[in-house]
Amino acid sequence: MSLVGHKPPPIFRRGPAPLVRLLLFVGLCLAMLVSDLRFRYLEVFRHALTVVTYPLQMAAATPADVVRNASVYFATLVEVQRDNAELRRQQLGSGERLLRFELLEQENAHLRGLLEMSKRVQTRSIAADILYNAPDPFARKVILDRGAQQGIEAGLAVVDASGVIGQVTRVFPVQSEVTLLTDRNQAIPVQVERNGLRGVLFGAGHGRLELRFVIGSADIRPGDRLVTSGLDGIFVPGLPVAEVTLVDREADAFATIVCAPLGGVERSVQVLVLGRVQLPPPPPPKPEPAADKKTRGR
Amino acid sequence: MQPSNRSSRILLPAKSWFIYFSLIVALGLVYIPTGRTPGLPDWVALVLAFWCIREPLRIGMGAGFVFGVLVDIGLGAALGQHALAYVVLAYLVNGLARRLMWFPPLEQALHVLPMLLVSQVLMVVVRMIAGAEFPGWPYFLSSFTSVLLWLPLTYLLLLPQYQPVDRDDNRPI
Repeated sequence: MSLVGHKPPPIFRRGPAPLVRLLLFVGLCLAMLVSDLRFRYLEVFRHALTVVTYPLQMAAATPADVVRNASVYFATLVEVQRDNAELRRQQLGSGERLLRFELLEQENAHLRGLLEMSKRVQTRSIAADILYNAPDPFARKVILDRGAQQGIEAGLAVVDASGVIGQVTRVFPVQSEVTLLTDRNQAIPVQVERNGLRGVLFGAGHGRLELRFVIGSADIRPGDRLVTSGLDGIFVPGLPVAEVTLVDREADAFATIVCAPLGGVERSVQVLVLGRVQLPPPPPPKPEPAADKKTRGR
Repeated sequence: MQPSNRSSRILLPAKSWFIYFSLIVALGLVYIPTGRTPGLPDWVALVLAFWCIREPLRIGMGAGFVFGVLVDIGLGAALGQHALAYVVLAYLVNGLARRLMWFPPLEQALHVLPMLLVSQVLMVVVRMIAGAEFPGWPYFLSSFTSVLLWLPLTYLLLLPQYQPVDRDDNRPI
């Protein structure tokens, strides 16, 4: 402000003071963080901007691809032969089990038909490879080499040979992001295989899982296997998830139950993405608040 | 413009396209999928800090915010996490820019280290409030490796601005 009431000449004008700008930007960032982490409002925005960053990401992924392909190419003959022998042995074992399984499935379908029960959930599966760990060091996520073009959708379960390892959380055109079970923000509804006790399994960090909200007096003990319950309508029921390793009933009203995943959550490379063929029935309608509005109106 | 205020060499002015090109190249380097290897330099923070010192009127919190959001999207991090860190980094570096120009590159690096650490601590605090687990102390190695690159990066990014010491009159340009 000059003494005569004129505005300063434009060469001295530099917008708002740095501290004001800092506060504005920090406020904007915090608003974005809250709406992204808490309410997931910004997924559309994220998808739109992915279009901009995608070419750069593809270009950046090229050197990593070259290194990986070269290492596969130069795998020694001995290694391949050993792998081959191992796979043949496994194939023999699983072939025999598959024969028995088909027999059992026919028998099961027959019995279910007799009992007039609904059919078991039909599944579809897509084989995929884990490309690399997602770079975000705060979360346990991996990137798969299959994406929307191959039919992957957000929400599908990801399993390896021995159990569930995670869930697809974001889908890109030719890649997808899987949140592993050990992530702190990942939950999966499970039941105890032995007696059908239901619960929700949460990631506890450091490669462990925790079964929460189970009453201290519940019938559960170390060594119990947990399988998916399918109650969420997303996961296929009956997939093995984890094994109980420790039960502490003294802690609280709820028992502290620590589990170890059955699948190679942090190790596996080849995985299968599993989904339901039909959508589950819609949830029962909520009681309408319109009813008491009407009564109030009268 | 000089390499530092004590130097007697006069540099050509920095070109806008080169500033943004270097930032985009840094973005590409950050996007290289390296998994969860700790101690990799944060190229965008480094290049951003460099231009915040050299060109405080052109590169500041706005550029920090835009490139932070792009890093967040590329890495699949929480939206706004890197943006917040880079905005604060740009504010701190912009504030010290006039003073830092009096120091040689090695001492500039020593000034930049704590500011990079502050931005990393901010990211850890934000994500831990949101319920993520602590990524471990090796996470902070990234700032130290970044600072080790300050000296070569200074020469690399100033290269287009140098002009020959002895002018050759017979040269066409």
